Amino acid sequence: MSNERVLLAGGRVVDPAQGIDAGVDLLLAEGRVARLEEGLEAPEGARVIDCTGLVIVPGLIDIHVHLREPGGEHKETIATGAAAAAAGGFTAVCAMPNTDPVIDSPATVGFVAAAGRAAGGARVYPTGALSIGQKGERLTEIGELVEAGAVAITDDGHPVMDSGLMRMAIEYAEAFGVPVADHPEDVGLSRNGVMNEGLVSARLGLPGKPNASEDVHIMRELLLAEHTGGRIHLQHVSTRRGVEAIRQAKARGVRVTAEASPHHLLLTDEAVEGYRTDAKMNPPLRTEEDRLAVVEGLLDGTLDTLATDHAPHHYDEKEQAFADAPFGIVGLETALGLVLMHFVHEGSMDWATLVDRMSVAPARAFGLPGGTLAVGGPADVTVIDPALEWTVDPEAFVSRSRNTPFGGWRLKGRAVRTIVGGREVWAL
Amino acid sequence: MMAAGTRPDAISLGKDLIGLEGLSAEQILAILDTAEPFKEISERRIKKVPVLRGKTIVNLFFEPSTRTRVSFEFAEKRLSADTVNIASSGSSVQKGETLVDTARNLEAMRIDMVVMRHGASGAARFLAERIPSNVINAGDGSHEHPTQALLDLLTIRDHRGTIAGLKVCIVGDILHSRVARSNIFGLLKLGAEVAVCGPMTLLPSGIDALGVRVFRRVEEAIEWADVLNVLRLQLERMKGGFVPSLREYNRFFGVTSARLARAPREILVLHPGPMNRGVEIDSDVADGPHSVILEQVTNGVAVRMAVLYLLAGGTPERAEAAKQGEAG
Repeated sequence: MSNERVLLAGGRVVDPAQGIDAGVDLLLAEGRVARLEEGLEAPEGARVIDCTGLVIVPGLIDIHVHLREPGGEHKETIATGAAAAAAGGFTAVCAMPNTDPVIDSPATVGFVAAAGRAAGGARVYPTGALSIGQKGERLTEIGELVEAGAVAITDDGHPVMDSGLMRMAIEYAEAFGVPVADHPEDVGLSRNGVMNEGLVSARLGLPGKPNASEDVHIMRELLLAEHTGGRIHLQHVSTRRGVEAIRQAKARGVRVTAEASPHHLLLTDEAVEGYRTDAKMNPPLRTEEDRLAVVEGLLDGTLDTLATDHAPHHYDEKEQAFADAPFGIVGLETALGLVLMHFVHEGSMDWATLVDRMSVAPARAFGLPGGTLAVGGPADVTVIDPALEWTVDPEAFVSRSRNTPFGGWRLKGRAVRTIVGGREVWAL
Repeated sequence: MMAAGTRPDAISLGKDLIGLEGLSAEQILAILDTAEPFKEISERRIKKVPVLRGKTIVNLFFEPSTRTRVSFEFAEKRLSADTVNIASSGSSVQKGETLVDTARNLEAMRIDMVVMRHGASGAARFLAERIPSNVINAGDGSHEHPTQALLDLLTIRDHRGTIAGLKVCIVGDILHSRVARSNIFGLLKLGAEVAVCGPMTLLPSGIDALGVRVFRRVEEAIEWADVLNVLRLQLERMKGGFVPSLREYNRFFGVTSARLARAPREILVLHPGPMNRGVEIDSDVADGPHSVILEQVTNGVAVRMAVLYLLAGGTPERAEAAKQGEAG
């Protein structure tokens, strides 16, 4: 929280939760939104930021990031990850629990929360493991994890193969008000796959993960949520059938939320050509048909949120033969620019939808503060220059890692100021 | 027999030989044509010509190999190159050194060429992009094994005079086979019709999009084909559950003399080795009149000489002269 008073003047505020898209001024005081009106006078002592030509939105929230601490500090730390998030315009992120040790106890949840507070960048919300050690055998003490600050329960990175365990997690977590977030993958079907199973994998001689390996678990989770009446959050949906199944389930009233990742919106398995390890992630880049379905799903709201699955890896680890390199790419510092360039400026997505998918819906999915600039709410604000042209330069990333397939991409639009609790944590 | 010296001077393989997918029909034919005059070197009493004198070649084998490694080594020695063999066991690789570091260290010793066998698809290209030496792929994972396909092509051409228009069926584990991929790319470029046959669990999804037809039964393949290239069934595929048993594999997919006897035309049988006799191929086929398996091995040395010579800057036109000991 900051005691400084800040007036964001002259900008365009887009806040779909309040139905606002207008030129209004925003006064932040004591870490909260104090006033939101046209032609505000700056109170005495307030810092005035001229936002002419800029778009002011509720702080962006990424509910799927890997910050690698504890255990993988050579890839990222909670501090560098929180700073990278702020540089990408995010005011809050949810850290996945697949660290070493796994975040499966109140003490480790508390560690992530405390390190996040100390980081001074974006807010860092811990998530807790679904099973002890993410081994897929016994439930963690979900109630205590939530008390310690976990905002969701997930074995992300280690798909839950025991359907009975998944059912119990969905039922048990319900009492504590947190969703179960699932990386949908039947590892019996994906086996040792390292990319999408299809024509490209056949040519490159790389083992593939078929769409069915994802679809089977998406459909299982939907059936379990329907059967139990509980909530399920499906992570990084990448398949056409997966999107279809979620759309149908929502129409039946199943309590499901789902994510789309920027890379699944913009790339296909053709990007693996040349054995590019920066195009290796899980779920893998799939075909054009799947990509278009994910785009459609995000636009029509079947997929509620954009989430980056920010997965930093040290360059040595990606500098290997394709099968030997780890899965994952960084995403925090490119997500907003990619979506602005390829969806908003290109005309398929309006600003209100962008703010919904990157702020309103993520806050709602994981029950987080924010997602709106309503008076009295947290002063978490992202200021965007929609016309700023820039080129993705991995060497300039704030993140500790550089593993992105988007290096060299020309983009238009990026966050120029990130404010968390009334305090400016990043400015371009 | 096609004569060397009929192709334009401009044909070069570039720096590396990673796979046949990246080569043109002209480049593939140039290698085959260059191999022709080199065949004779191995028939001499003194099997050595000074074509690669002063060149240093490292044979870097991260996977066990006998035939390919020895074939390359003979090719190198008969062309008078200096060679070093590195196998993964007992080397720095086993001590956890990364591929990139191994490559950089070899490069620091000023070598000219690397012949590499590696278990990961894409490893040869990975190496080629990072060192200035010529890189020859001696098999990368399930991706390509270009010199094996080249020696297969040469052997087929020896017997049939041409590749174009022939019907060639590759039988067995296509999914995990680098030999299959290189053969498919090379055969299609030279105008052959290509089919694959094997249990559906061992055929990659999307294989038909490569331009090959698929036979589910080996009897149908034999009825269709002029040439069968029978692949080794890796015994570890049993553990992966791809096929239930060796016995059943032989029963339904084995190339047997009884099945060949029903072939409507003269059929040529190739096998890249090492063979599992009684599994994918019966002994009376392997040792019988259809088999050209040992000719493949002989041609392997000539093809590898041709590749080494061309990558070192030689041209198909000068191969005959180079062989006689003139400046290459």
